[in-house]
Amino acid sequence: MSRNPTRLAPLVVLVVLALLPYSTLQVPGLFDGVLNSPGTLQLIALCLVFGGVALSYDLLFGFTGLLSFGHALYFAAGTYVANLALTELGLGLGAALALTTVVGVVLPLLVGGVALRVSGIAFSMVTLATAQVGSIIVLQDPGGLTGGEEGLAVAREPVPDVFIGVFNTVNKYWLALAYLALVYLVVTLLTRSRAGRVWAAIRENERRVEVLGLKPYPFKLLAFVLAGLLATLGGVVHLLLLGGSTPRVTTTDFTLSLLVMVVLGGAGSRWGAVLGGVLYTYLDSRLTDLAQSPAVQDLPAWLRVPLSEPLFILGALFVVVVFFFPGGIAGLVARLRERRAGRRPGTTPPPDGTTVPGRAVEQLREAAGRGVGVGAGQPRDGV
Amino acid sequence: MSTVVLLTVTGLGLAALYFLVASGLSLIFGLMGVLNFAHGAFLTIGAYGTWWAAENIPGAGATGWGFVYAVAFGVAVGTLVAAVVELTLIRPLYERHIEQVLVTVGLSLALVALVRAVWGADPRPFPRPELARGTTSLLGANVPNDRFLLIATAIVVLVAVLAFLRFTRFGLVIRAGVENRTMVTALGIDVRRAFTLVFAIGGAFAALAGALGGIYLGSISPGQGTSLLIFAFIVVVIGGMSSITGTAVAAVLVGLVQQFANYYAASGVGDLSVVLLLAVVLLTRPGGLTARLA
Amino acid sequence: MSERPPLLRLADVHVRLSGSHILQGVDLTVRRGGVTALLGRNGAGKTTTVKSVLGLVPSSGTIEFTGGDGRTHRLQGRRTHEVVRLGIGYAPEDREVFGGLTVAENLTLAERRDSAHHHDRVYDLFPELEQRSRQLAGTLSGGQQQMVAIARLLLNDNQLLLVDEPTKGLAPLLVAEVADVLARAAEEVTILLVEQNLTVVRRMATDAVVVDQGRVVWAGSAPELLADPDRTRELLGVAPSGGAHTGSERASSPTTEQHVRSRRSSAGEAGA
Repeated sequence: MSRNPTRLAPLVVLVVLALLPYSTLQVPGLFDGVLNSPGTLQLIALCLVFGGVALSYDLLFGFTGLLSFGHALYFAAGTYVANLALTELGLGLGAALALTTVVGVVLPLLVGGVALRVSGIAFSMVTLATAQVGSIIVLQDPGGLTGGEEGLAVAREPVPDVFIGVFNTVNKYWLALAYLALVYLVVTLLTRSRAGRVWAAIRENERRVEVLGLKPYPFKLLAFVLAGLLATLGGVVHLLLLGGSTPRVTTTDFTLSLLVMVVLGGAGSRWGAVLGGVLYTYLDSRLTDLAQSPAVQDLPAWLRVPLSEPLFILGALFVVVVFFFPGGIAGLVARLRERRAGRRPGTTPPPDGTTVPGRAVEQLREAAGRGVGVGAGQPRDGV
Repeated sequence: MSTVVLLTVTGLGLAALYFLVASGLSLIFGLMGVLNFAHGAFLTIGAYGTWWAAENIPGAGATGWGFVYAVAFGVAVGTLVAAVVELTLIRPLYERHIEQVLVTVGLSLALVALVRAVWGADPRPFPRPELARGTTSLLGANVPNDRFLLIATAIVVLVAVLAFLRFTRFGLVIRAGVENRTMVTALGIDVRRAFTLVFAIGGAFAALAGALGGIYLGSISPGQGTSLLIFAFIVVVIGGMSSITGTAVAAVLVGLVQQFANYYAASGVGDLSVVLLLAVVLLTRPGGLTARLA
Repeated sequence: MSERPPLLRLADVHVRLSGSHILQGVDLTVRRGGVTALLGRNGAGKTTTVKSVLGLVPSSGTIEFTGGDGRTHRLQGRRTHEVVRLGIGYAPEDREVFGGLTVAENLTLAERRDSAHHHDRVYDLFPELEQRSRQLAGTLSGGQQQMVAIARLLLNDNQLLLVDEPTKGLAPLLVAEVADVLARAAEEVTILLVEQNLTVVRRMATDAVVVDQGRVVWAGSAPELLADPDRTRELLGVAPSGGAHTGSERASSPTTEQHVRSRRSSAGEAGA
């Protein structure tokens, strides 16, 4: 098996996706319109954005082993801060982006700075709770700023014309693609850097990193801030794509769906996480359409009712994946490759610093049971 | 004065709900190391089970003993679902904690979606038995009776759980398992039976919280369990992750802080204060409130 | 010495934990009756060998146990509690009594359904435990906790006791007391004893197995091994003193022991 084709694969995919809006191909079953129809492009663009956001989450979960339940906060911060900067402050897109970027660094720095002082489940809980703060603030609609449950449409004037309207869907599509490419490039460079190797070591055994004389804290904080920033930028792209902000992206359910995306695709694998995000978003959208289609509406109630809820199907699918393919799609592919190469799976240890796609979940097992940072493993008082 | 009394009793009522959800979570986490995201779904199932039974099961109804039967049905369904979940989905992933958590995440999404698919996303009016509808005068305040119902139930549950843990062999196994699961198996005890049991108990309490929450809020909706779950998680962490008494204390703390801050500051501030409380507790005592009592 | 029938047999047992190959093909046989001492330097794989028998760490190879009814059971593939119910008692290296439970509760918990429960025997051996039965085990001294750990072993009828470093960290007087109790127990039940204190080994061991770097490097009669200072030094890094004193005759320094213990406890978690 030569290495070059796989190395070039992301580039080939990028070129194909960039040229996609010039295609009038009809893909029956997959998409309703021809490929370059606004509806189809909008859906694919949405898939690409969430592919990028899922990858930013994978930087935390799959590559560093930090099980955050609050990643939605940074995505939501991106869409709402940029929205308010454009709509309320009347800033231009450039200035709004700059402001949002600052928030995208400062916010995860603050939250991560506190949350990473504890580890294991306690860390997950602090991130969950802080993200809940974001959700509460948005829903409370302080001063009528966030629009509460209604969401918040973005003002049209400050947004450049190229990103306005159905006719410019193709530009938004390219923006989404550029975002995904950026996240992929950044995550690739990061995971190959020295910090990336430390992250992998932290994920596998944090204590061993300490023994080597490295402090895990700044490295974890770095991962937390970078992942948060990438998600924040995703929020901005999402805002332009949808022309507004929705409180749905502030909820715990949204963070959980990011987790589902990453595990579905394969935690600790770049293309796996992206594919997971794309697939999840696509299924979420298409299953909603399917539920309203006559084919489903004519089914008997016991089939029609569950099929009318995409989240039921996705949740059930997720359970199946965790059960039978804990490595997700990437893990499955890696296993098939190993088998084709005639090796027994799992017999060859990974070279240092590299990630076995999809093994991240298995490697995290030990850390998860340890519970609260200090005092874990010590006898507890029980009841 | 009467405002303070009302806020205190209401805060304790909320604390009672949190305790019912959080006690099961903390037993499950303490014994099995699993953070059960499906717990909110158990609550929703209990609430809808009660509501459904009150309308559809002969003998059950919206008032009197009929309502008690309806709650019993809801609790039974919640218990059953929790036990089945443990046996079929959690047990095969024995000691694989991350996967177990992921499975409960998937379940929480799927079960709530299923309830939404069957009964719709809109809130449904929940029966309020006449006992819970009135008010009682307490120190000059007119306190709705449902608060007392919640508090009394939580106290009964607390005492029952403590007695169960203290005086039964299963309770002994659970207490020992929370401390050192491996050593329990090395004494020849099949600790997995205790796992199923704590899941069933946790499911029963969550379902009970669902029914009581329905009375308290006057309506039920599919997402209710999940929003309560987050505060229950906070209670569990503040309470020290695996201690029932710690969970009870933390529930009272969280319930009171939330009520008072929401009233005296602004709506929403109470919820934020609770998160702040969590941050403060974790930073000053990373093991939760009970860490130093050990 | 007459050949006693085998009770426990390990053949080509391998254990890998988080990337390290800890047992590399252990072969050993424990015969019915007597005390088999499992010796070796720290980190040689003694505790892992014991844990592999109980299924507390995943292993490959063959581990067989011949029960009281003469039937031979393959232990791998059984869960730990099933192995224990065949009549195998276990006292782990760090005692692992339940600190939040009272002494009496610790003993009640250890009662097995497959066996009669000899509370009288236990309290007879350790009268102190009866006085302290309502005390939380976490508040006991190290020696008292070790008594609880041994009491848990002797409470049930067992075929085999796996006792891992029962005298570790105990004062000399307590070492002698623990050795006494184990020697008395050995009259009725077979013991596989991991022990660093060669005086204790000398006192009761009939057979000895020496492991090094995950393999068995010597097996035979314990008195024979200890009678040969050169061989003992070569295998264990320490010469046996001839004397009756108990205490400091240990196979390695406390500092390395600390190090190995912390490494081991993390390995234990992984297998837990």
